[in-house]
Parts: sequence; C-alpha cells; structure tokens
Amino acid sequence: MRYMLLQNYGGVESDCEPMTEWTPGEVKAHIDFQQAMNHGLIERGELVDAQGLAGPEVAKFVVSDGAGAPVITDGPFPESKELLAGYRLVDVESVERAIEIAAQASAAPGQRGLPIRQRIEVREVLSAPDPEV
Amino acid sequence: MTTTGSTEGLLRELAPQVLGVMVRRYGNFADAEDAVQEALVTATTTWPTNGEPENPLGWLIRVAGRRMADQYRQDANRRRREDLAASWSLDVPDPVPGTDDTLVLIFMCCHPLLSPASAIALTLRAVGGLTTREIATAFLVPESTMAQRISRAKAKLKGSDEPFALPAPDQRAERLRSVLHVLYLLFNEGYASSSGPDLARTDLSGEAIRLARSVHAALAKDSEVTGLLALMLLTDARRSARTRPDGELVPLSQQDRRLWDRQLIAEGVVLITGALRQGRVGEYQVQAAIAAVHDQSPSHADTDWSEILTLYGLLERMTGNPMVTLNRAVAAAMAHGPGSGLALLDGLGERLGDHHRLHSVRGHLLEMAGDTQAAVSELRTAAALATNLREQHYLVTEAARLTTELAED
Repeated sequence: MRYMLLQNYGGVESDCEPMTEWTPGEVKAHIDFQQAMNHGLIERGELVDAQGLAGPEVAKFVVSDGAGAPVITDGPFPESKELLAGYRLVDVESVERAIEIAAQASAAPGQRGLPIRQRIEVREVLSAPDPEV
Repeated sequence: MTTTGSTEGLLRELAPQVLGVMVRRYGNFADAEDAVQEALVTATTTWPTNGEPENPLGWLIRVAGRRMADQYRQDANRRRREDLAASWSLDVPDPVPGTDDTLVLIFMCCHPLLSPASAIALTLRAVGGLTTREIATAFLVPESTMAQRISRAKAKLKGSDEPFALPAPDQRAERLRSVLHVLYLLFNEGYASSSGPDLARTDLSGEAIRLARSVHAALAKDSEVTGLLALMLLTDARRSARTRPDGELVPLSQQDRRLWDRQLIAEGVVLITGALRQGRVGEYQVQAAIAAVHDQSPSHADTDWSEILTLYGLLERMTGNPMVTLNRAVAAAMAHGPGSGLALLDGLGERLGDHHRLHSVRGHLLEMAGDTQAAVSELRTAAALATNLREQHYLVTEAARLTTELAED
C-alpha cells in the first residue's frame, strides 16, 4: 500500500519559530533527523520518494480554459500556510505503519530540541484494481 | 543486475566503437543504437557470470548485429525486402573503430536541434554506454520516461537527415559550441548533486569528464575544448572538500584544502596553461583560469583576488552574464573591501530577477561590512527563494548563525 505523507507550511502545532531563527545546531539536528529518517526508510525498503518543494515565494498558480492564454498568479500568497512544503511517498504493509512513520516525522526536533509537532497529512495513493474484481 | 567495475568500464569504453561500426554497416543510427543498447544490457548480465569473451568488441558487434538482423526480419514481414536492402547499402567505409567514431557520435547526440536534457540523455546512452536504467536513476525519473526521452531525441535526429560524419567545416565551430555546452551542463548536473533522498546515482561528473577527455583526444588543438576539460578537472578536484560527510555544502572559504585532489589540479593547470598560451581565449578557458587560481591558493584569504577580479571582468565582457557579475562582486569585495562589492550589486536585481544567489551574496557582503541585521534579512530571503536542497540548508544555517550572533550581542 502506498501512502503520501504531506506537510504544509503552516502545520506546526508547537510554538516553534521559523527555522532561520533557530541556532545552527538546532538546524543541523533537524536536517540530520530528516536524513536519518529517510535512510531508515530506504533500509526497510519502504521509501519510494521524498522531496522538499521550493518555497511559496517562487510558487505559481496557473489556470487555463484551454483556448486563451493561461492566467498565471505569482507568489507570495496570503494563504501560503496551506501550501505544500514537502512530501514522503512510502510503500508499506499497513495503514498503521504509515501512521507510525507520520508520527515519527511529526516529532522532528525543533528549537531547544523539542518536537516541532508538524501536522502530517496521511493520504493513501489510489491503487490498481484488485485482480479478482 | 550487478556488474563488476572492470566489466562496466570496458563496456563504456567499447560502446561508441560498437555503435560506430553498426551505423557504418547498417546506416540507421536510431535502430543501431537500440541494438547496441540491447547488446550492452546482455553483456552486463552474462559477462560477470560467464566471464568476459576473448574479443569483447567482436562479441558486442556480433550480438548487436544479430539484434539488428532480427529487427529487420520482423520488419520485412511488413515491408518489401528491396526497400530494406536499399536502406542498408549506404556508401560508407567499413569499420575503423576508435576516437573518430566517438567524436562523430558526440557531434550527432549533442545536435543543436535537441534540447540539452535530451542531448545529455542520448549522449550518455549512445556514447557513454550507460543503460537507460542507469540514466533514469541518475536523473531521478522513471525508466520508461527516460526511454521515451531518448527515442524522441533519436526520431528528431532521423528527421534531420544527418549524415554519419563530422559536421561540415562551415558548421563545425557552432556545432562544437553545442557539444561543449551539453558536456558542461552534464558536469554541473553531477556536481550540483542530488535532490531528495541520497540514493546511489551514477557519477555524472565523472561521465562528463570521460566524454570531455575523448573530445579532447580528438581535438587536442582546440583551446576551448582544452579549457572545458581543464575547468572540469580543476572543479572536480575540490569535490571531496565541498560536502560534509552528511552531504551538506561547504563553501569555498571554509573548505579543507588538504582534501583537494593535487593530481587533478596539476593536470588541469598544465592543460589550461597550454590552452591560454595559444591565444584564442574563450569563456571555458577563463573559467578554468579562475578555478586554477583558487586551486593553487594556500587559503581563501591568501588568494590573488585582484587576479580573480580581472578574470571575472574579462568573463563578464565575453558573456554579459549577470551571474558572472555576481561573482565579480565577491572578488571585488575580497580585493577592495565589501563596499566595492556591494556597489556592483546595485541594479543587478533588474537583470537577474529575484534570484536567491543575489540575496545570498548581498547577505555575505553585508556581513563582511558589519551590518549583521541586514545580512540576516538577505540570507532569510535567499533561503526562501532557494531551489536546491543543499543550498537551502546552507542558507538556513547561515541565517541561523547570524541570528544567534545578533542575540548574543
């Protein structure tokens, strides 16, 4: 089963400040944690992909009716907290395991080493029809 | 599928030679390239277990030839044999494998008709002897996507009716520019390193160097070819000092210079010195000259910054590239103080757009000038605009470092 674990910019439920206001040691601990987590998932054969996205400042919204020129809106956006910051795509045995991974990601270390309590959206990826259907 | 290092190396070396023979014999680049790819894949699976054949080149030509024949036999069921025979009888001399074919193939694959991304993929497969899967992994795309990108590139070349020969003399210079550009981009792709989780990727910089070496072997008198090879070697020499064990970036000013590869530096310096002596100075040579100054400096502080400033000035006049101006500003700050560098950044925003490097350079120069508050704000902006994971981490850490300094004051 494949799950997409998504994190948005505004989803931090601790009173953590933006990362650029942390100490270098705190930043390093956070990045090390994310990398170690990915390596752990690779070793267990569960990681399909993990990517961080460039910030809302360089995001664009595009709408087109297929005929005329598309309407392009450039960032920054007032609603940028709802924008996706990054994702992990995992292939796991059960939804319980997906939740376990999400919980681990959510508790990534932030300022003073405290968990940032990032809200992780867990979404199952639609799969191919069951062969017996 | 695992291959021993030596089998892999041998296959990559033989790939363009086999392809050269096949194209000369059958006259159809697209089909011949598919056949060679299949022969290479067969070799990677069978050689490690059965042992290498006594004549590896002959083996590959035979297997690729058989694929080609199978392919044509299938086609013959649909088409008339006469058409087929006509398509085979191309007026080209038979096998003289070696560097000349490699050069013809590189010119073909780096055709200006192709986008750089397609040219890179096709070059890696047809000349570099990499499998589609290896190329796909290196660029983090699905194998089928990469296979499709390569077929489309070949279809485009087919439509252009390109003969299997070096470009005509009057087009040679322009076509060579396109070859060098593709190899330069390939090198940078490898050097800029990965995004996402660090999976094992093919060493793209190493492949770029290998290809640049074979172009240099064929065109040793062209000073820009020499310049590009020198630039790659002089840049690659710093590779192991450029990242920490955890993968994070180390800027030039903080690199442990004892980790630099002295052998590559020595080779690069000899190449660039010889090229510059020829007197037809191009942009790759100037970039290599700048890299050579850095590589031979005992430390960041004890670098001949006025020499670097002069070279960036020259490069700026040659290219008109605002990114070069950005580098010139850093050199100016190191040579004549931060004020002189900051002055060069004025007005650059209009030419460069809201680019993260502009903010990051301004941040560092403001820090040099003692304006930590303004530096932090520039570095935060740079971090928000960064589109490379490693650079983003670096910029966030730099902003954090200065914020901590401010809090301690």
